[in-house]
Amino acid sequence: MTNYVFIESRDPFDSRDTHFVEETAIAVKERGHNVTVFMVQNGVLAARERTGKLSRLAQAGVTLLADDVSLHERGIRPEELEPAVQSSTIDELVNAITRENTKALWH
Amino acid sequence: MKNRTLTLALMDPPYESANSTTALRIVSAALEKGINVNVFAYEGAVCLPLKDQAPHANPVKGTTVEDEEHPTTKAFVSSLLALGKESPLLTWVNCGLCVDERGAANVVEGVRRGSPADFFKMANESTNTLVIPTK
Repeated sequence: MTNYVFIESRDPFDSRDTHFVEETAIAVKERGHNVTVFMVQNGVLAARERTGKLSRLAQAGVTLLADDVSLHERGIRPEELEPAVQSSTIDELVNAITRENTKALWH
Repeated sequence: MKNRTLTLALMDPPYESANSTTALRIVSAALEKGINVNVFAYEGAVCLPLKDQAPHANPVKGTTVEDEEHPTTKAFVSSLLALGKESPLLTWVNCGLCVDERGAANVVEGVRRGSPADFFKMANESTNTLVIPTK
């Protein structure tokens, strides 16, 4: 089993190809790997519950993390987050991508 | 725990994309954890440590250079190189051809010139490699 960390930096309302990350993350998860999607920069705009952008990833059991600084910069409050999303830090991202047997992909 | 090394490939020029800020935050966090870091700066990213960068005043607001405290990426890179001087070690390599194309050879101390072959070697010897491309 491999750990996959997808780092999503793009606004889902601006970049249609964020859908690619969703599809790939779910496909990898279905093959039995550990999958995390870490949202950063405008990527955190998807983390708001009312957008419904992360429901498929949450249902698939993908770990969903959002960079705290990016959330704060955009005025996104903890109570607005999709319940499956955890506020996280760059520190935790570094821990995740320096584990053995881990693939990190930036989008 | 075994020594860990993280390699990053950067491509965005300074003051263009939030990618640069996030990349520098990742470098800083890794060094603070004692993780060695390699940076291979490619294309516009070779201008991140450019020595000729200067902070500026804001004539619209009537503020001085001192008031503004304008951050420069060269200062960030210098601080990170000081943090990663020995152990952990930060190795920053600017792509030589990209430097020549941009006339960007005047860089802060600690940055060295190299080629994509350096990136290949860095990636082979690292715990992990993260490529941060331009949009």
